Amino acid sequence: MCLAIPGKILSVEGEGYARFGQVDFAGVRKRVSLSVLPEAVAGDWVLVHAGMALTVVDAAEAESVFEYLREAEAEGRKPL
Amino acid sequence: MKYLDEYRDAETARRYARLIARVVTRPWTIMEVCGGQTHSILRHGLDRLLPGGVTLVHGPGCPVCVTPVGLVDRAVELAGRPGVIFCSFGDMLRVPGTHGDLFSARAAGGDVRVVYAPLDAVTVAEANPGREVVFFAVGFETTAPANAVAVARAAEMGLRNFSLLVAQVLVPPAIEAILASPGNRVQGFLAPGHVCAVTGTAPYEALSARWTVPIVVTGFEPLDILQGAAMCLRQLEQGRAQVENPYARAVRREGNPHALALVSSVFEVVPRAWRGIGEIPGSGLGLRAEYRPFDAVAKFGLAGEAAIEDSACIAGRVLQGVAKPTECPAFGGRCTPDRPLGAPMVSAEGACAAYWHYRRAGAGAAA
Repeated sequence: MCLAIPGKILSVEGEGYARFGQVDFAGVRKRVSLSVLPEAVAGDWVLVHAGMALTVVDAAEAESVFEYLREAEAEGRKPL
Repeated sequence: MKYLDEYRDAETARRYARLIARVVTRPWTIMEVCGGQTHSILRHGLDRLLPGGVTLVHGPGCPVCVTPVGLVDRAVELAGRPGVIFCSFGDMLRVPGTHGDLFSARAAGGDVRVVYAPLDAVTVAEANPGREVVFFAVGFETTAPANAVAVARAAEMGLRNFSLLVAQVLVPPAIEAILASPGNRVQGFLAPGHVCAVTGTAPYEALSARWTVPIVVTGFEPLDILQGAAMCLRQLEQGRAQVENPYARAVRREGNPHALALVSSVFEVVPRAWRGIGEIPGSGLGLRAEYRPFDAVAKFGLAGEAAIEDSACIAGRVLQGVAKPTECPAFGGRCTPDRPLGAPMVSAEGACAAYWHYRRAGAGAAA
């Protein structure tokens, strides 16, 4: 139920509770509510749940998650 | 697919497994709260990548599973009324009530429609001004903004034929109930990433401090879950208890303030009963007084009924992480996804359905 799928905003229309975007999910386009992401613009990647975009994906954080693994592996020879 | 495939790499998964094996020196029990995570764990065999002493128990994060039978009964009753169009997420249709499910209401002539978004139900109401449209608003904090915007939009449009049957629940009170239970064996939590994308991490910081328990905000892909497990186990080994957030690509510390403002303008915190668990104080959302015209219970004068659950079903213990689905005598015999006794066997996120699909004798391959 709480799954949210990443998609890329193609266009934005409307205001307030009627703010919507056309979002591309790997080739499938859907109309999605952007009511709670007033700052989101075309080109942003968002996570969409139940027809509503909830958060903009942070591209820098998306890459940096694996630094933990690299650092922890590098610490491998040291005791915890 | 971008932001999915890179978190499914098998070689990186093996690197996480080696890291975890090196970090862990004794047995630990951690809980993934969300049913979506449970399915990812079983589907990808992630539990089998962990050292033998590490136990993953599956939490109550399946809204379909925890919606009380009494509310399912109300849904079935409403769906059978002439003039009503009953809209729901597809998952709810096979959840057994006392006298049948929403599919049986549809078979008996009820107009039951599956929608993907609560706003789609508002569109149905707009297109059918002579009918009453009711949406079954189940869900955790992740779904609350979508349910709230449907009500706010319907109010803005002046729609009088739209209402919600609300079954919204909240995660932190459920975690607290698990921690407070005398039988609790959970030592660390993988918090539900998409709930936290809405609420932020503050509620979990309070829980972690109060109960001295590590909580790691975790995503849904295999590498997200292994990362969450690695960080949680490392905290346990080091004697730390804090909130860590490796799912920062989706979760900010403050959550989504616009979503929180919308939800609190439409809903207020109320006590709510959880199927199989019982009433948990402050664990649900109900419509605020100004949105009362959109409350299906008030609108249709629905009575609360005491509902009887099948005593062979151990869903409550499964949802609290006390029992594994395979410990249930009805598992795979009297209870299957086609003929479920309890909701965890129905939902795509239910722990019993996950074990049925991936761990039943002969189902799937051993990792």
